[in-house]
Amino acid sequence: MRCLPAPTSPPCPEPTQGYLQAHARTLSEVFAAQPTDGGAVGFVLSSLAAATAPILWVQDLMSQTESGRPYVPGLMAARPVIHVTLPRAADVLWAIEEGLRCGSLAAVIGEVWGAPAVLDFTATRRLATRAEASGVPCWLLRRAAVPDLSAARNRWRVASLPSAAHPHDAAAPGNPRWQLELFRSRKVPPGTWVATYDRAADRVDFSAPFRDRALADGDGAAGQRAAG
Amino acid sequence: MARQGNAPPDDLAVVLATEGAHGPVIYATNRAARAAGITTGARVVDVQAICPDLVVEYADIVGDARALAQLMLWARRWCPWTVTDGADGLIFDTTGSDHLWGGEAAMLIEMETRLSLLGLSAQLAVAPTWGAAWALARYGAVRAMCPSGDSMAAMLAPLPVAGLRLDRETLVVLQRLGLKTIAALAAVPRLSLARRFGRCALPANPLLRLDQAVGVLGEPVASVDAPPRVRAEARLPDPIQDPTHYLPGLCDDLCAQLAHRGLGCRKLQLTVYRSDGEVSMVDLVIASASRDARHLHGLFKDKLDRINPGYGFDLITLDAGMVDALATLQTRLDGTSEADVQVPQLIDRLAARFGSKAVRHPLVHPSHVPERAERWASVGRESAGAGQGTVEITKERPIRLLTTPEEVRVLYAVPEGPPAQFVWRRQTHRVTRYEGPERIAPEWWKDRPGTRLRDYFKIEDQTGKRYWLYREGLHEDGRGGDPRWFLHGMFA
Repeated sequence: MRCLPAPTSPPCPEPTQGYLQAHARTLSEVFAAQPTDGGAVGFVLSSLAAATAPILWVQDLMSQTESGRPYVPGLMAARPVIHVTLPRAADVLWAIEEGLRCGSLAAVIGEVWGAPAVLDFTATRRLATRAEASGVPCWLLRRAAVPDLSAARNRWRVASLPSAAHPHDAAAPGNPRWQLELFRSRKVPPGTWVATYDRAADRVDFSAPFRDRALADGDGAAGQRAAG
Repeated sequence: MARQGNAPPDDLAVVLATEGAHGPVIYATNRAARAAGITTGARVVDVQAICPDLVVEYADIVGDARALAQLMLWARRWCPWTVTDGADGLIFDTTGSDHLWGGEAAMLIEMETRLSLLGLSAQLAVAPTWGAAWALARYGAVRAMCPSGDSMAAMLAPLPVAGLRLDRETLVVLQRLGLKTIAALAAVPRLSLARRFGRCALPANPLLRLDQAVGVLGEPVASVDAPPRVRAEARLPDPIQDPTHYLPGLCDDLCAQLAHRGLGCRKLQLTVYRSDGEVSMVDLVIASASRDARHLHGLFKDKLDRINPGYGFDLITLDAGMVDALATLQTRLDGTSEADVQVPQLIDRLAARFGSKAVRHPLVHPSHVPERAERWASVGRESAGAGQGTVEITKERPIRLLTTPEEVRVLYAVPEGPPAQFVWRRQTHRVTRYEGPERIAPEWWKDRPGTRLRDYFKIEDQTGKRYWLYREGLHEDGRGGDPRWFLHGMFA
């Protein structure tokens, strides 16, 4: 296989991890491409600034049964977590809002399954203004949902991509890579990027996506990745 | 049972049972059961063969101990120095307080009357020493009173040696030696007893116990302090329907009392007394000791709606429980709120609304088994951040873990090959890359015998999703049939 051609579309302005961390002190929504995709959680955690303050993590029961609960030994940077499991989406929103009153949290992460009626424009607008008033980043993880009307300042769509090459073992998955699509934002122009998360350095590298359809649709098997 | 008014009649044999090594054993008996020849320590099945219409209830040992501790504090009405003694006794140091009740005999009658009004039967005795009072109360005459001096030894002399608070093995030894009464034991030369029991601990040493009983060896009563009682109450001239408006005042009053004593509370109990005699309670547990009236008041929001007002309330009380010392500290000069107070208060608000079980704090725990590598502590018991950083995580672990591992159908090279394809939730995933296996053996000191080992694989499917699969067991490991595969978590 030959080397990759340069991207044909106009290059997207590239957000960096630091830029994200600095400008995420508001409500951001993340849509996982598939409910069982761990990439969305990884992206949210990688865009939190390093701090020792606790995270408030609110899950509804459906998200927990379908996609599991956060696993502290595997969280990227060890930080204290206050975890709340609630059966109803209305309670999840109440708990998130209550957490956003508290300025000493590192972040509030909420997980809502599907599109419940209570999660409407007004509810998201409340969360956004509350997050901006207290300066606490609020991430809303949506699974099994299509993007509907929302006041979230940044809206992402995250899907896992075949991972980068493992430095020592060709058959093993290496650093995780995600396809990030920012389809609505106030500050950053929307765009699509491929992000590689560097586990050792806790860093996300953004790059423009491949435009080579043959490679982009590939399954990342060893033979196909032998580019360059 | 007696307090609830549904006590069984006294002529019916009732025993309390507790779990023994080979099935339930008798923990306590009533008078009718004792008359039928039932002794404590016997197995319930054996006793039921002797006495078929026996009523067996399970003993609530922890509850009994708590009730006894409360009774010990209640008994301070007679004398200031009281302490619990074992599982079924109270010791009062009545020195100097018996004349207030008209002498020792009158005091004993007063005590017995008061206790029987509570529904409790008591065996009372007065003696100059703890040991003598113990022996006389259990083996002596009714309301025995023992003067000090030589006559104390004379009163103790006919009692059995079981009155010396000895353990079971020692009693057997003494019985084999033919020493049945305290007089017989006291007649044995001290030197012989010292030689035979010299190295034994106190409960197995008849010589020391005898010295304690006759007062040669001192045994003072160390009284326990009752926790301070902080309570605010509002007595209303007319019954009201809604207690909400009185709550801020009660909280202010309670917090003023706490601040005055330099305390903070971790538990609140609001009791509402209805005019027709019904009592409703609302309990709250707080993450860290607090005396912030506004915060405490906020926790009762939406809690009072569930109280049925009936004909109205005429008394509202607010009690502070789990009182701790809480110093007044100023950490900042500019008067802004302190950040370390905010998180516990947030936890309180969440726990007050959703219950303390919904709000939890996952901590890293030193264990190789993935589900045991984190421990879910309820918040408030331990401060946030405790236990973090003490465990080094060397292996890569998934970011999400399923609450229960889900079984998947896997295509793999028998016997120990990596997975090639698997079906999970009716979707087929083709494995393009894998890492592993990482073998995690069961923890034999915790797991049941026969638990199979696990071989964990980190795999990536054709769309790039990364999962954590494990194969439970090996072929031919003698712990069940073919190995089964489970999906346990997702990687970022």
